Amino acid sequence: MEYKMIVLVKQVPDTKNITGQAMKEDGTVNRAALPAIFNPEDLNALEEALKIKDKFGGKISIISMGPPAAAQVLRESLFRGADEVILLSDRKFAGADTLATSYALAMAIKKIKDYDIVLCGRQAIDGDTAQVGPQTAEKLNVNQITCVDKIVELKNKEIKVERSIEGGYEIVKTKLPVLLTITGEANFPRPFSAKKVLKYKYAVTPSEMSSYDEEYLKTTEIDQSNVIIKLWDHSEVGAKEEQIGLAGSPTKVKQIESVVLEAGEFKNIDNTKPGLEELIKELMNEHILG
Amino acid sequence: MSKNEVWVYIEQNEGKIADVSLELLGKATQLADKLKVKVGAVLLGSQIKNLCKTVFSYGADTVYINEDANLKYYTTLPYARVVVDLVKKYQPQIVLYGATTTGRDLAPRITSELKTGLTADCTNLQIGDYSAKDKEYKDILYQIRPAFGGNIIATIVCPDHKPQMATVREGVMKMNEPDSKRTGDIIEHKAEISKDLLITEIVKRFQQEKTVNLKAANIIVSGGIGVGSKDNFDLIIKLAHTIGAEVGASRAAVDAGFVSKDHQVGQTGTTVRPKLYIAIGISGSVQHMAGMSESSRIIAINTDPRAPIFQIAHYGIVGDLNEVLPKFIEVYKSLKK
Ligand SMILES: Cc1cc2nc3c(=O)[nH]c(=O)nc-3n(C[C@H](O)[C@H](O)[C@H](O)COP(=O)(O)OP(=O)(O)OC[C@H]3O[C@@H](n4cnc5c(N)ncnc54)[C@H](O)[C@@H]3O)c2cc1C
Ligand SMILES: Nc1ncnc2c1ncn2[C@@H]1O[C@H](COP(=O)(O)O)[C@@H](O)[C@H]1O
Repeated sequence: MEYKMIVLVKQVPDTKNITGQAMKEDGTVNRAALPAIFNPEDLNALEEALKIKDKFGGKISIISMGPPAAAQVLRESLFRGADEVILLSDRKFAGADTLATSYALAMAIKKIKDYDIVLCGRQAIDGDTAQVGPQTAEKLNVNQITCVDKIVELKNKEIKVERSIEGGYEIVKTKLPVLLTITGEANFPRPFSAKKVLKYKYAVTPSEMSSYDEEYLKTTEIDQSNVIIKLWDHSEVGAKEEQIGLAGSPTKVKQIESVVLEAGEFKNIDNTKPGLEELIKELMNEHILG
Repeated sequence: MSKNEVWVYIEQNEGKIADVSLELLGKATQLADKLKVKVGAVLLGSQIKNLCKTVFSYGADTVYINEDANLKYYTTLPYARVVVDLVKKYQPQIVLYGATTTGRDLAPRITSELKTGLTADCTNLQIGDYSAKDKEYKDILYQIRPAFGGNIIATIVCPDHKPQMATVREGVMKMNEPDSKRTGDIIEHKAEISKDLLITEIVKRFQQEKTVNLKAANIIVSGGIGVGSKDNFDLIIKLAHTIGAEVGASRAAVDAGFVSKDHQVGQTGTTVRPKLYIAIGISGSVQHMAGMSESSRIIAINTDPRAPIFQIAHYGIVGDLNEVLPKFIEVYKSLKK
C-alpha cells in the first residue's frame, strides 16, 4: 500500500554555531548574524518519509511556517525528493508561540486533508521545546508517538516503532493516521539528488516570482513553471485571526537577559607539586576531599 | 477544596516515582506558600495507592489519584484524558511536569486541549506581578528558561490562561526533606477511558537503572574535548577513582564518543551541585555551566587562561591536563598516606 505523508519542517537559526557577533551588546540575539538552516531533526523526519516512499510508494507533502526566506528549506526538501511543498506565511503569524504555531500547521494539514502519517522533528534547535508535534496531533485529533528512533514495521494501516524512554526504549504499535516525532538517531539524511537540484533549482513561491522584474526574467530561463512552492496565508487555510500569531499565543516573553557569570573568590593555583599540595591540603582540611 | 492549588504531575513507572516529580513537590511547596494555597499531586496508574504516603511526605497536601488497569503503563491518550479531566474539574492555577520523555509527550498534548501556555525546560520558577499594556496581573508564574542555545535567559509568563504549565528537568529543583508524618487528603477520581483512547499497544519495554549517579555524587571529575581522545579519557577516570568521585563530561566529549551520554553535565545533560567539581579541558560554555555553576567548589584545569570556566571557578590551574593530572594524583596519594 502507498502512503500519503506530511512532513513539518522549520528553518531555524544555527544556535550550535553561535559566535560572539551573534549576541548584541545588550545581550539580545542578533538573528541576522546567525546562519539559517534546516532544523536538523526535521531532516531526519524527511528522511524517514523518503524511506517509506522508496519502499512502498506514496506522496510527501512538506509544510513550513515561516517568513518568505523559509522557502529555502522547501527548495532543499524538493532537492531531496519531496513531491509538494507549501510555505505557510503571513505577517499575522508573527510572534506565534508553540500553541499558535501548531494551530496554524494543523489548519494547513486539514486543508491537505488526506494523509496517513505526519512526521515532525522531535524538537527545533532554536527553542528546544518539542511541543509543536504533540500539540499539532491533538488539534488533528490523531494519536502521537514522540521520540521515535526507528520505524520497525509498517504494514497496511498499522505502524510499529521504537521510541526512547527514560533509561531505555519501548516498542509500540498503533493504527494510522498518526503523528510521529523523529530523533536524530533515526537515520542519516540523504544528500541532494543532482537530478532534482537541476530540476528545482529555480523553484519559487508566487511572491518570489512577482518580485523579479521583467527585464531580469528575460535573461533567465525562469518562468511561471518555476512557481512550484505554494504560498498559503491564514485565510487560505481558514485560520481564525484570534488564534494565530501573537494574539493566539497564551505565553508572552516578559523579559530577556544575557547570561551573566558570577565570579566567586578566585585562587590561581601554581601548576607545580607544591602548588597542588597546598590546594589538596586545603580541600582536605575542609573535608571536601577525603 | 481550594480551586487554585499548585499541582505537580507525579510520574511513576512500575510503582517507582521519578525523582524529578519529588523535586517539583519541593518547588511547588515554595510557590504555594507564596500564593497561600495548597499543593496538589496528580497520580495515575494501576494499583499505586501505596505511593500516596511518599507523595505527602515530600510536600503534597492533596493527592488526586486515578487508578485504572488501562493506566498500568504510560501511553499518551488515556493519560492526557485523565489529567485534562482533573484540571477541568479542580482548576489548579499551576501544573508542573518533569521534562522527561513522558512529561514532554504528555504536557503539550494537554496544553493544546486546554488552550493554555506551556514553557519547556524551566530552570527557575517564581511568583511575581506582570503588567501588560492596559492590564496588571498579580501573582503570576514566572517561567524562567535559557533560550537560543542557552545564550540568553528568558522569563515567560502566561497571564490570561489557566492553568500555567511548565516542564522542569531532573536535578534542577531541590527536594524537600521527606517528612513521614505529613499526610493529606486523597481524592479518588475515575475518568472514563473509552476504547478509542487505547490505540497504542506496548509491544516491548526495556529500561534500566542509570549506572551513573551524578546527582548524588559529592565530587565530580569532568572531562571535556580538551582531553583529546577516548584513550586519554582514562586519565579522567583514574583521577575520579583515586579521589572517590563520579565521572562527568561536557557534551563535546560525549559527542566525540569519549564517554556515554549518561555522564553529560549541563543544560541538556544532568544538573549537578556537588561539593567539588573539577572541570578538565572544558572551556565553560553557557550550556555546560548551566548544569554545574552551583557546585560548592569548582576547580578548573585548562591550558587557556582566558577560558570562561575560570570566571566561575574557585581554583584555577593553567596548564596541560596531561601534566597536571598525574601530578595531582601523585600528590593526593602521598598526602593520604
Ligand atoms: C541547545 C544546546 C544545548 C547544549 N547542552 C550542553 C550540555 O548539556 N552540556 C555541555 O557540556 N554542552 C552543551 N552544549 C554544547 C556547548 O555549547 C559546548 O559546545 C560544549 O560544552 C563544549 O565542550 P568542551 O568545553 O568540552 O569543548 P571546547 O569548548 O572545545 O573546550 C575545550 C577546552 O579544552 C581546553 N584544552 C585543550 N587541550 C587541553 C589540554 N591538553 N589540557 C587542558 N585543557 C585543554 C581548551 O583550552 C578549551 O578551553 C549545548 C549546546 C547547545 C546548542
Ligand atoms: N514553524 C514551523 N513550521 C513547520 N514545522 C514546525 C514549525 N515549528 C515547529 N515545527 C515542527 O515541530 C517540531 C518541534 O518543534 P518545537 O516544538 O519548536 O521544538 C519541529 O521539529 C518541526 O517538525
